[in-house]
Amino acid sequence: MGVAFDSISFKASLCDGCGDCMTACSQAKGGASRISIVPGAKAGSFETALCRQCGDPKCVQVCPSGALDKDGGNGIIGWDASKCVDCLLCTAGCAYGGIAVDESVARVGKCDQCDGDPACVKVCPTGALEFRKAGSIFNEYGAKEDLFVPGLSGCQGCNSELIMRHAMRKIGRNSVLATPPGCIPGMGSVGYNGKTGTKVPVFHPLLTNTASMLSGIRRYYDRIGRKDIVVMALAGDGGTADCGFHAVSGAAERGEKVLYVCVDNEGYMNTGMQRSGTTPYGSWTSTTPVGEHMQGKTQDAKNLPLIMTAHKCRYVATASTGYMEDLYEKLDRAIAASFEGFSYLHIYSPCPTGWRIPSSKVIDACRLSVDSNFNPLWEYTNTSGLRFTHSPDNAHPVSAYVKMIGKYRHLSPDQLAHIQAKVDEQVALLKLMAAESPPPPAAHRAPAGSSTPAGAEPSQPARREIARN
Amino acid sequence: MPEAKYLLVGSSHAALEALRAIRLVDPDGSMAMLTRDDRLPYSPTILPYVVSGRSAPDKVLLRDPAFFAANNCAYVPNARAVSLDAKARAVTLENGEVWRYQSLLIASGAAPAIPPVKGLDGVTYHVLRSLADAEGLRGAMGAAKTAVVLGAGLVGLHAAENMAEAGLKVTVVEMQGHVLPGYFDAKASTRIEDAFTTHGVELKLGRKVVEVAPGKVMVDDGTTIAADLLLVATGVRPVTDWLEGSGVLVDRGVVVDEAMRTNIDGVWAAGDVAQATDFASGNKALIGIIPTAVEQGKIAGQGMAGDSYRKDYAGGLPVNTYRFFGRVALSIGRAAATDGVEAVETASGAYRRLVLEGNRLVGYASVDEPFDVGIMGELIRRRVDLSECKDAFLARPVETGRRLMSEQWR
Repeated sequence: MGVAFDSISFKASLCDGCGDCMTACSQAKGGASRISIVPGAKAGSFETALCRQCGDPKCVQVCPSGALDKDGGNGIIGWDASKCVDCLLCTAGCAYGGIAVDESVARVGKCDQCDGDPACVKVCPTGALEFRKAGSIFNEYGAKEDLFVPGLSGCQGCNSELIMRHAMRKIGRNSVLATPPGCIPGMGSVGYNGKTGTKVPVFHPLLTNTASMLSGIRRYYDRIGRKDIVVMALAGDGGTADCGFHAVSGAAERGEKVLYVCVDNEGYMNTGMQRSGTTPYGSWTSTTPVGEHMQGKTQDAKNLPLIMTAHKCRYVATASTGYMEDLYEKLDRAIAASFEGFSYLHIYSPCPTGWRIPSSKVIDACRLSVDSNFNPLWEYTNTSGLRFTHSPDNAHPVSAYVKMIGKYRHLSPDQLAHIQAKVDEQVALLKLMAAESPPPPAAHRAPAGSSTPAGAEPSQPARREIARN
Repeated sequence: MPEAKYLLVGSSHAALEALRAIRLVDPDGSMAMLTRDDRLPYSPTILPYVVSGRSAPDKVLLRDPAFFAANNCAYVPNARAVSLDAKARAVTLENGEVWRYQSLLIASGAAPAIPPVKGLDGVTYHVLRSLADAEGLRGAMGAAKTAVVLGAGLVGLHAAENMAEAGLKVTVVEMQGHVLPGYFDAKASTRIEDAFTTHGVELKLGRKVVEVAPGKVMVDDGTTIAADLLLVATGVRPVTDWLEGSGVLVDRGVVVDEAMRTNIDGVWAAGDVAQATDFASGNKALIGIIPTAVEQGKIAGQGMAGDSYRKDYAGGLPVNTYRFFGRVALSIGRAAATDGVEAVETASGAYRRLVLEGNRLVGYASVDEPFDVGIMGELIRRRVDLSECKDAFLARPVETGRRLMSEQWR
């Protein structure tokens, strides 16, 4: 496997030119700032010059003294002051102004990413600078065992494959997996010619009973004393929000110790792209067509993760492959919670085939769905309530998101306005729930999770909780 | 008879880049790097700093033996190529050894050009092209009180500065009317000249040395200058003597096409030895600087390894970054051009000269004011139309250039 590196990214649209980053950098480095913010083409817009720590660094290649070198471990192009002869040829190599003369010391200055904690990023008030840890995530999880066989028959660019491979990498071999009818078993995880496509036990329940079967499996493992097994579902939105909802709701109500992952691609994508309960208003699907009498789906989507919070689950969170770091953190918490009660993770998953988006744009769509608040990222526990994990401030308008997706191509201004209003309403509700307020007094009842045999053991310490309703 | 799939003659920037480019595509093919030097690779550019003592000779080496081991490349020092048999695909060395190859890179660099000055062959003089030269010059400086430098190019001026700092009485004799001809216009050069004069270096510009004798130099203005030490820095000439009779087309350097191929099948050339396209004129020209050597070496290596991502050489752009007495002078492209171009000069404390042609940047020079040479080079190479932002660019070239490249990045 190759090695990837973390990097500082600059989002020009968010930069307000305050220059705090430059001040912080020159303080941290004791000289000129290594990042330079300059006026953009339009009034009030800004651009930057910043070392991109190139993979093929020209500054290193043209250095005659060997003073510059790319570190194979962290990818940073380091500068050795003792070897540098100040010939400035490196500045001729860089086409982005990433290494430039620091007039205060008459030598070149260059970004070293502050040992993975860049001073410029820390002070940026608008989020225009971001330290992207995609590289270290890639390294960390790329080194873990892939629990699916190569060569699954997903569509090109399938986001669900990314989810299942990476979620299973995180969860590991000690797991039992249920994949109800949908794309995930459809692409081969439940079997080829009598063999499974996974390296962990996997079964294929009906569309309706996934959560019920998992409840039984968990109770069995509890009975035989195997408390290290993650019992989990990788289910679609149809099997969760519609046909399977009674089972999910029941298991959550009983506090079954299950990790339930819903891969939400907003419809029944593997059987012909029919609408589901989570298909958003205005979407084209094969059962909500666009024509003379209909302009896509006429109802709003049900907000399933919000519904799950009303079940007072141990853990509920939304996630997106556009923000993998966030997804991994939530997987950690979801796994831990699944040993104590019902743990529900809702992952938004654009479908290139059914949504009519190019395969290469799936991750872009993921990011924009979050950045436009169409799919805000948050998490909930029954003790701490709800909190956003990706700020819903500075959101793009929803129009930027729907524009890149074919199933919204027909939208009229009225429909778009409705979608935007719906998004605003959902965010307002979430903000209300996330607002700082004292938690309600603990309800005097048996805590969620007590219905399973092992859960009833009084010796277990992690029992105490506050019901939040 | 030693054999290598890839034979690289030369060990500096061009050859090292070719090595890298080849190994990206072909990790296993046998490779050998031959050099007439007895050291590990180093850059000629570093030599003035070895003379000054700022860089120790063993600290300027660009690669170590482990690098060659890791890249499966035989590094062969003390291997001076003396002839090439292109039919037999073989290179003969001075010691009689014959290396066979499948593809050959000529990166034998350049050697000092010695002017035909009367008496020069009868005296001890220095040049500055190898580490041995640098060590020799450094040694000689200790015993000398007076020095004469022939040529006011980069090497000559660097050395003159170092010797002046070391306390020698230094005179520089240059045929052209100002220092660093070609890189800078007269106004920029004047600033540099002033600095040298202020630091006690005598500049004899527009003058020729007519004769040298042990301890003295006669100039065509009738003066005789005492010289314990004589440095000849009147330019360099590609090392192509070993290619005589091989059929490889040599003009002033080895003539190459846009893929760095010579006229002979299986033979490439790159770096100071290569006469490749000049960006401004499109003609074949010698541009002996590191950035062109790196670019050419990469393209040649890609061609040798059959890399399908190879791009044609867009042409060399002269780049000059020069530090003198703690000050800075920079130039790129046709910075000294005057005909058919629009030149904008400013001189409030620092000197700046922007050269445009049809609202496109073609050259930029400054003294005492740093700018992003790489960014300006990219604006020149991409022929970016500056009509939209010309006023801003002329007023604040660094900021506007950074802005333009930041936009390009997205």
